[in-house]
Amino acid sequence: MNTDQSQLPILIVVIPLLFSLITPVVGWWKRQWCCPLVITALALSLISSVGVAYRVVVDGPVSYYLGGWEPPWGIEYRIDHLSALMTLVLTFISLLAAIYSKRSIERELPEREPSFYCVFLLLITGLLGIVVTGDMFNLYVFLEIASLAAYALIAIGEKGAAFSAFRYVIVGTIGACFYLLGVGYLYIVTGSLNMADLSQILPQLHHSRVVLVAFGFLLIGIAMKMALFPLHIWLPDSYTYAPSAVSALVAPLMTKVGAYVMIRIMFSIFGPVFSIEIVPTTTLLTSVAAIAILVGCIMALAQVDLKRMLSYILVAEVGYIALGVGLANRNGLTGAILHIVNDAFMMACLFFAVGAVVYKTGTRNIYQLKYLHRRMPFTMGALVVAGLSVIGIPPLCGFFSKWYLILGAIDGQQWPFVVVLLASSLLSAILFFRVIDNAYFDHIHARNGDLHHESVISPPERMEIDEAPLSMLVPTLVAALGIVVLGVSSMKIISTMIQHAVPVSF
Amino acid sequence: MDLLISHFNYFISICLMMVGLYAMMAKMNLVKKLIGMNIFQWSIILFFVSTGAKHGATIPIVEAGHSHHGAEVILQASHYVNPLPHVLMLTAIVVGVATTGVALALLLRIYRTYHTLEEDEILQKMR
Repeated sequence: MNTDQSQLPILIVVIPLLFSLITPVVGWWKRQWCCPLVITALALSLISSVGVAYRVVVDGPVSYYLGGWEPPWGIEYRIDHLSALMTLVLTFISLLAAIYSKRSIERELPEREPSFYCVFLLLITGLLGIVVTGDMFNLYVFLEIASLAAYALIAIGEKGAAFSAFRYVIVGTIGACFYLLGVGYLYIVTGSLNMADLSQILPQLHHSRVVLVAFGFLLIGIAMKMALFPLHIWLPDSYTYAPSAVSALVAPLMTKVGAYVMIRIMFSIFGPVFSIEIVPTTTLLTSVAAIAILVGCIMALAQVDLKRMLSYILVAEVGYIALGVGLANRNGLTGAILHIVNDAFMMACLFFAVGAVVYKTGTRNIYQLKYLHRRMPFTMGALVVAGLSVIGIPPLCGFFSKWYLILGAIDGQQWPFVVVLLASSLLSAILFFRVIDNAYFDHIHARNGDLHHESVISPPERMEIDEAPLSMLVPTLVAALGIVVLGVSSMKIISTMIQHAVPVSF
Repeated sequence: MDLLISHFNYFISICLMMVGLYAMMAKMNLVKKLIGMNIFQWSIILFFVSTGAKHGATIPIVEAGHSHHGAEVILQASHYVNPLPHVLMLTAIVVGVATTGVALALLLRIYRTYHTLEEDEILQKMR
């Protein structure tokens, strides 16, 4: 091991892990210190990931050997452009979520902050670990750390949360076991668990049936974890019943990390030749993704519960990412990776805003939002920005990822998917205009059924501004700002990060 | 038949896996679902452990370091079982136990809310 090797890569993971162990102890002594402690941990982790990302951009991929054991024997943390981008997104969004969680957890889980924050940090540790590790089995362990923490966090929600969390446990465990089985098959034929090593060995074994089966198990396992369409059943219930602070953390990040693992498996470990030419994954993935997008949007239309609507939108968003991965050309994959980043911000912003609405009004029903823009102008502003971004209005980031996805579909001559992408934009427009319409206007016929005077009546003369607490409002607005900034700087992100993450052969 | 005998460990773990999968999908009782999940997990653990085994091999403790002659003993990997899958499974067992623990805690919560662990009854009460 080089003596000048920087310890930053390991710090990204170790800081949240250590703080998650310290938090309950400190919290037992002084409860109000928990949240600042968590914020400190995540801020430190964010700083380390910025440092690593800078090194990755300047010098190329960074490797860290745990305990100085060189791969393929030891565990290697390998951070390339894709992982660096993911660590930045993960640490930033989770920092926002930590700031946001303070007030809502005080309300929803009084007196139990220490244990909440312990599990909260464990979840982030797991997610960060998945992204930085270069070892297949290590990834499984981190996947399970993240999932176990997520089960626990979801279960503390309202009535019904425990049951939906139990379903999530069952489905999540099947997914993780399939992944583990896939790793086992790969280990039998290659004798290696290191991703870089595997990608060297596998090309000679491309026609082995064991490798084929391993690939199938790995992909299905991960598809369960990322809630790709037919395997999404656990998601809407879990994310609806979870506490707002939890769904604001889990919803943007968990599925994205699954998508990251899918890209890793398909293009880094097995390589484009295997996953495009030898196995028809891409055909399967694109068609499943297209159905996911349409079903997600249509199911979202049928919901009156805001959080449940967002959960179905999330199913559709996972579909977008899978579609980009399945298109398997430069533009498509660029769109998919860009969408991972953008969607993390959009979903965070949406769930933050809805959480704030629930905190203030106590309702999640779309039809009870009347004149909310008067009471909570900033929260509703953020909700509208995120909604417009999901629809894909140009200066916002959602437009750019959709743009690349559509370009990818055109490049691949896959016209049906162009139609699906455009149709889904229209569907999301209906979805969000329904929310905006109900929050900003009050049609008179809705009041007394008098259709002759269907016009927007003037709202009550004075309505006090009654905004969410500052510690909830600031993360929401930062996320909304992030959506705008990401949109404006898309080209920069693609040229510095994403274009290096796309396989060279594309 | 030869295939069946030479690869019996794989067949056993597949059978166990299917038993677990069936229990998870078909059983209405949540505890039975959990037991199915455990069988499913352990089948994979057994699969991993069996892959490390070799005929006529011994435990992977190398005694060459204690040789008095100072001569270099050439080690044959085929004389020792592969310890790596076993070590991996040590971690996987811990993960499995933790999952079971979380799931049992959830079942406790479910029981306190609905006073039953039958899935169909819970779904009825949720309406």
